[in-house]
Amino acid sequence: MTSRLNMHALRAAGVLGTLALLALAAPALAAPPPPNKGDTAFMFISTVLVLFMTVPGLALFYGGLVRSKNMLSVLMQVFAITCVMMIVWVTYGYSLAFTNGGALNNYVGGLSKAFLAGVNAESLGATFSNGVTMYEYTFIVFQMTFACITPALIVGAFAERVKFSALIVFCVLWATFCYFPIAHMVWYWAGPDALGDAAKAVAAATGDAKVKAQAALDAVTADAGLLFQWGAIDFAGGTVVHINAGVAGLIGALMIGRRVGYGKEAMPPHSLVMTMIGAAMLWVGWFGFNCGSNLEANGTAIAAMVNTFVATAAAGLSWMLVEWMAKGKPSLLGLASGVVAGLVAVTPASGFAGPMGSIVLGLVAGAVCFVFCTTIKNAFGYDDSLDVWGIHGIAGILGAIGTGFLANPLFGGSGILDYTSKPGQAVVANYDMMAQVMTQAKAVGVTVVWCAIVSIVLYKLIDLVIGLRPSIEKEREGLDITSHGERAYNS
Amino acid sequence: MKLITAIIKPFKLEEVRQALTDLGFEGMTVTEVKGYGRQKGHTEIYRGAEYAVSFLPKIKIEVVVPSAGADKAVAAIVAAAKTGQIGDGKIFVAAIEHTVRIRTGETDDAAI
Repeated sequence: MTSRLNMHALRAAGVLGTLALLALAAPALAAPPPPNKGDTAFMFISTVLVLFMTVPGLALFYGGLVRSKNMLSVLMQVFAITCVMMIVWVTYGYSLAFTNGGALNNYVGGLSKAFLAGVNAESLGATFSNGVTMYEYTFIVFQMTFACITPALIVGAFAERVKFSALIVFCVLWATFCYFPIAHMVWYWAGPDALGDAAKAVAAATGDAKVKAQAALDAVTADAGLLFQWGAIDFAGGTVVHINAGVAGLIGALMIGRRVGYGKEAMPPHSLVMTMIGAAMLWVGWFGFNCGSNLEANGTAIAAMVNTFVATAAAGLSWMLVEWMAKGKPSLLGLASGVVAGLVAVTPASGFAGPMGSIVLGLVAGAVCFVFCTTIKNAFGYDDSLDVWGIHGIAGILGAIGTGFLANPLFGGSGILDYTSKPGQAVVANYDMMAQVMTQAKAVGVTVVWCAIVSIVLYKLIDLVIGLRPSIEKEREGLDITSHGERAYNS
Repeated sequence: MKLITAIIKPFKLEEVRQALTDLGFEGMTVTEVKGYGRQKGHTEIYRGAEYAVSFLPKIKIEVVVPSAGADKAVAAIVAAAKTGQIGDGKIFVAAIEHTVRIRTGETDDAAI
């Protein structure tokens, strides 16, 4: 899900006032190569797979878990949010996430590409490899699918009791003030070629010119989101997508309150068949999510694929076995939940970890999420209906911090690429594991706090203006009929 | 006429249907129901939520017979539906005042 892709790295430096120095210091830049057709085809498929994750994957996964009188409302919420977010993304979301934001650039981009101004079918952008380009449109649509699924994940936390209109308004505002800034902070950077070229210029310059060239390199390095500058790594969106959704979900569940009858009335899933279908679709689609975050079809993408298989399998088995021992029977819902927990946990690590490390991550995530979704949730008594916090939040945090450990080449990880000490080549830097883990933890902290504050404010505001919950009678009768005038099932 | 209502275990439906047909009682209405008497239910667990489910699936058969044949019909149902385990079910017999066959307008014993 990640794309630390900054397109304007390869465009006229004049676009960025603060990087005017780059034009002076850089030697003549070679014309960028056209995107590789295999890479474009690969990203095409990856993008479509992520859409598939949301509709119908997530819709069915969530839908099967609610009562039949609310099934249609879940499908509707996920589907509608997907459509709304696409429009928001191409009007201003992409710009806020992936352009230079001037004075606010540490936290958010600007509106220079609102309405995709200046972007056309030929526009190019960077990948993670020197000298490899992609179409900017490719990046835009790929990231768009991420902007769609993240708010869609949140709805699970307060399923069966949220007002449709309030939810749509919340998602748009939350994306604006939380998702786009966090995506910018974690993933926005100048790109490998901008860094490499600036570093080359420093190496080539002498005397006074060297000082200017160094300043230019510093400016390019600083042209990135705050968490990226700190060195936090998140391959496909553990923080940006899952922790974000988890926190917003938990706060929503707390502020909206429990379902009527929660704890007293039986509310079992109406169709675990649908849930299993949805979980399987999520797994298949997640290869687009993780591998596509590599932005090109090279070895790292396949490494991400291996990790997306084994961490997920390990987590599914882990949850199933722990539940078997704790409750006496292995359940399908447990297996499916473990699978999703594994997918979430491996997301930030997918391009960095080694397979054995991923297995360990999966085993831990399955077990820990099981505890959060059962013991801890019941102890605190909050109604996170579909365990958005228990799975996406917790596994996201485990994965984000775990990435700090697992990226260590000692554990089979890939290490972190350094684009400047040998400009034009990416080399694996020396890996300081504890420092990286601390950085990861700080990034997690920032994400949690930012998301929490934005979510609390938005929920409160929307509750005052529109009202977050339908009336109790409507909730009792079922949202399908009362909110949408339809039944999911007519027989 | 008598209305015989029998709550039986679902897998016994075919045997009971056959037994009644063999005796000449054509026609019945069958409903899927839930219930319990002395049979215990089970526990269902969905992530953190545990539910004690008391209700068990059963089949309700309703058949209207001439009063003279009621005892025979009841005996046939008992023989066919019995397993000897708790949860075999119950039979209720009630009096019916009036019956009409819709297609022909025949009434009472001619209609069953």
